[in-house]
Amino acid sequence: MKKETTPQTVIEIKNLQKNFGNLKVLNDISLHLNKQENLVVLGKSGTGKSVLIKCIARLLKADSGTITILGQEVNNLKSNELNEIRKKIGFLFQSGALYDSMTVKENLEFPLRRIKKDLSDAEIDKKVQETLENVGLKDVLNKMPSELSGGMRKRISLARTIIIDPEIMLYDEPTTGLDPVTAREISELINDIQKKYKTASIIITHDMECVRIVADRIIMLKEGDVYKEGTLKEFENSKDEFINAFFQTKKQN
Amino acid sequence: MKKIISIKKIKEFTTHKTIAISNKSIEKSSKISIFLTDISNVFLFLVKVFKNTFSREFEFKEFLKQCYQIGNKSFALISVTGTIIGLVLTIQSRPVLIKFGAVNMLPNMVSISLIREMGPVITALICAGKIGSSMGAELGSMRVTEQIDALEVSSANPIKYLIVPRVLAATLMIPLLTIYADALGLLGSWIGTNIKGDLNFVLFISQAFGKVDFMDFIPAVIKSFFFGSVIGLVGCYKGFNAGRGTESVGIAANTAVVTASFLVILVDLIAVQITDLLL
Repeated sequence: MKKETTPQTVIEIKNLQKNFGNLKVLNDISLHLNKQENLVVLGKSGTGKSVLIKCIARLLKADSGTITILGQEVNNLKSNELNEIRKKIGFLFQSGALYDSMTVKENLEFPLRRIKKDLSDAEIDKKVQETLENVGLKDVLNKMPSELSGGMRKRISLARTIIIDPEIMLYDEPTTGLDPVTAREISELINDIQKKYKTASIIITHDMECVRIVADRIIMLKEGDVYKEGTLKEFENSKDEFINAFFQTKKQN
Repeated sequence: MKKIISIKKIKEFTTHKTIAISNKSIEKSSKISIFLTDISNVFLFLVKVFKNTFSREFEFKEFLKQCYQIGNKSFALISVTGTIIGLVLTIQSRPVLIKFGAVNMLPNMVSISLIREMGPVITALICAGKIGSSMGAELGSMRVTEQIDALEVSSANPIKYLIVPRVLAATLMIPLLTIYADALGLLGSWIGTNIKGDLNFVLFISQAFGKVDFMDFIPAVIKSFFFGSVIGLVGCYKGFNAGRGTESVGIAANTAVVTASFLVILVDLIAVQITDLLL
């Protein structure tokens, strides 16, 4: 595999296109993610934000364009090579996607046992405990996901994602469906994780408070294209109507 | 002047018609292409399942769990149904056999029809309902809540982890349940014989198995293996390929049951033809 990205860039996307039948979802997306950076992807519902990160994790296959992750083009990888790349990516799903037939402990052990096969049982236990503490939870090991509150579930799924020490984190609407207080806590947790694990993250959200807390850089999508890219300040000072519609609530506050 | 107008009209008319015809043919061809992609998806799914079944790193724990789910949890249902089928078959056939003066053939007739046909098919149909729907709904809701995607990003192959253990467990458990249903059917039949007559158990069994050959038994067991794999594959395929919304879970469960039941009957027809040709 040829190396296309500079060491500072962990993800580079060029001219990404994705259609579902006749429906064009991603028209022509180009973006990059730097090391240890929080990149927020903003946009209205249905503009293909989730599709974008699903293409990055190769849960969906892009129709055309290139996605280079840590120097490797993911569209042409074989399944074992893809697994190697996926070991370095953490994906937090919108719904949490906890395995509901397993306890919290089994949920956390699942990726560990598959990805870090050389760990002993004691090491796994230690790692599970440590990760749970990092997301601010205790005494939930033997509970089933159905017994947990929405915020706790988000924390557990975040724990399950970071337990494999990923280099890149992909967050699909991490604060959706949570009360404002818990949402803020989760947003701060995203920042903590970035500092602790030194990850680069793409965060998809339309929670403006979350954007304010986590964003190093923002990319706004509109109808499958990149509409604007810039820092939080640039977005807040923008005179564009479409952008203002997002940032208005913040200004009113 | 008149001529020109009529030519214009004809032109308009023909263009309208051609547009309508081409629209219709586009519609039809898209329907055909959807149908063909469905078939190719089923085929690809089967190939993937087959490949993963014979690859390394078998999920033995999951397999045992599924065997427990399918086997143990269908026990009560199969027990009751098996017994009742034997009982009803006996009670219904008795008057007819008495008319022909062949009432002592009753245990034998019941055992042959149970072992050859009723046992395997009834068990398979009940399992198609119970197991097919639960697989369709479980995998369907895993798909909807992105759990299958989560498996994939944790480098766990969902086909190997979810599908293969389920299909294998169904393939193994349904023949066992069939044999169990046959046994309880015979017990039911013995009870049925004793409602109006008097026949001790040892005599009943010796009469029942008097004319049962090994070759009555083997094809029935073999076909129930196929029933099992059909039920497992259909349930998993429908659940695994469920759509995105909540209603697709219901649709997956429902179509799994309908398709599995239909295929069980179809496989039975083919199996009977093959046995008939071979024996």
